[in-house]
Amino acid sequence: MGAMSTRLKIGWAVITVVVLVYALFPVSSILATSFKLPSELNSGTFLPQHWTWTNYNQILGPNGTARDLFVPALRNSIGISLIATAIAAVLATLAAYAIARLDFPGKRLILTTALGVSIFPVISIVTPLFNLWRNIGLYDTWLGLIIPYLSLTLPISIWTLAAFFRQIPWELEQAAQVDGATTWQAFRKAIVPLAAPGVFTTALIAFFIAWNDFVYGISLTSTSRARPVPAALAFFTGASQFEEPTGAISAAAVIVTIPVVILVLLFQRQIVSGLTQGAVKG
Amino acid sequence: MTTEAQRAPTTAVQAPAKPRKVPKSDRAKAEARLGWYLAGPAFVVMIAVTVYPIIQAFFDSLYRYRLTAPSDKAFVGLHNYQVVLSDSLFWQSLGVTLFITVVTVAVEVVLGFGLALVMHRAVKTLRGLLRTAILVPYGIITVVSAFAWFYMFDITSGFINHWFDWVPGISENLNWFAQQGTSLFVICASEIWKTTPFISLLLLAGLSQVPTELDEAAVVDGATWGQRLRRVTLPNMKAAIMVAVLFRALDAFRIFDNVFIMTNGANKTTVLSLLAYRTSIVRLEIGLGSAISVLLFLCVIGICWLFIKLFNVDLASQRGEG
Repeated sequence: MGAMSTRLKIGWAVITVVVLVYALFPVSSILATSFKLPSELNSGTFLPQHWTWTNYNQILGPNGTARDLFVPALRNSIGISLIATAIAAVLATLAAYAIARLDFPGKRLILTTALGVSIFPVISIVTPLFNLWRNIGLYDTWLGLIIPYLSLTLPISIWTLAAFFRQIPWELEQAAQVDGATTWQAFRKAIVPLAAPGVFTTALIAFFIAWNDFVYGISLTSTSRARPVPAALAFFTGASQFEEPTGAISAAAVIVTIPVVILVLLFQRQIVSGLTQGAVKG
Repeated sequence: MTTEAQRAPTTAVQAPAKPRKVPKSDRAKAEARLGWYLAGPAFVVMIAVTVYPIIQAFFDSLYRYRLTAPSDKAFVGLHNYQVVLSDSLFWQSLGVTLFITVVTVAVEVVLGFGLALVMHRAVKTLRGLLRTAILVPYGIITVVSAFAWFYMFDITSGFINHWFDWVPGISENLNWFAQQGTSLFVICASEIWKTTPFISLLLLAGLSQVPTELDEAAVVDGATWGQRLRRVTLPNMKAAIMVAVLFRALDAFRIFDNVFIMTNGANKTTVLSLLAYRTSIVRLEIGLGSAISVLLFLCVIGICWLFIKLFNVDLASQRGEG
């Protein structure tokens, strides 16, 4: 690779810049907007003329007008997404272990079901759930969102993990058993360390999906009791009725984007392998 | 535990050979039981959160049922479907949904393939950087993407009109969200930006499975880059492309977030999901909303069926189990 010609180098530099601009431009745009003064929002420029924390104060500060809307929503989003991810990770780990490791009738049925659920139009189940949740008191509660979130997180977790688990050298388990370990010990000492990265990656992808949800969030909640951030953003209003909530929404958008960007930066390799393993023959 | 202990040593021996059609031994039964113990909960949950609601939706769709007048509930057979199917708004929403699906998937496949090629050919150090950058749109909340694109194009807070006022048709006074065509343009742009990374990663995985010897042989034979792409790379990636296209098409068909945030269906930009949402959740017409939900579900099944028939995509074997 050392003998790369100058022309080739310039070519790659250009391509890299184009890809970076493509990937980061809309993000930078909303980041820049979030630092604009309310009076400068309509200036028609990309960068703010005066950088300010005003918008962040509005959603996080003690006297912020949008604080009561944003902070509970952030708490709901984190809590609900984490719980839905955790449940999916546990159930999917058990199921994927069985699929990768055991021979039993119905294996295909489970995988096909997971596939079917993952292409299911979410809005189709919102109407019956909306009605049912109102009758049994799950409307506008954490549990009322965690249950439908499983329809988003569970199928992809099963597929991704089954692909991961197929690549684990299971002979290690037998080797440990030959050495006198019990089945459970063999599983815990030999297999868990190998399986853990796959489970973690799967959980990460499932978390992204739950974190991204909007349809359930806006349909099955009505107050800040359970409303997650994406749905809350649609309810933002300006500081006065003559003001657009552009600044506050941008600031809130930046705050919920930061954790995603950090996770992507840290676990880029794992996410890519997880995403593609579940989808293409592993 | 004993059942598991009995099972474990034997499977390793049997694994390479395909299981024969022999009468089931106790071991096989125990294995089947363990399999269902482990996979059962996930299976039951998946059924409970999707199959049950869709059946409920089908029942509700046969009733005149409004939450504003619950006592008025009455069985009306297929009347709700008749109402929906004779409503021009339904057909218009279907048209817009199909338009968005076709446009976004077509652009995404081309763009995603380009990105996949770039990542495939890049040197190691660059590849990591490119992959990280590409994953940013993937990880971003769709609603955030919708707001980002909306504010860029918005007539008051946006800068696109100022930057591109030299392009014919774009001026400071262009309100992108005041008519159908321009609204759909921005909606599709946001959708494409956010989901192309996923497709490009799938295609990248497909690319890396094309045997390099084939490509090298073609180089030796003096094939041009374009010939190699058309004759060697693409045919070998057909399955990966089809899977990516089908999954994205089904995903695009469910589009909701971008439309809700940017136009909320104004200026003839309503999509099917938004129509169902407005009927059920906003207007509380459970009967009618359920009918739309069932129709949407049938559309998704139809798209799947069409793909499998037309392109012979075997999803199960493509996605690992085969």
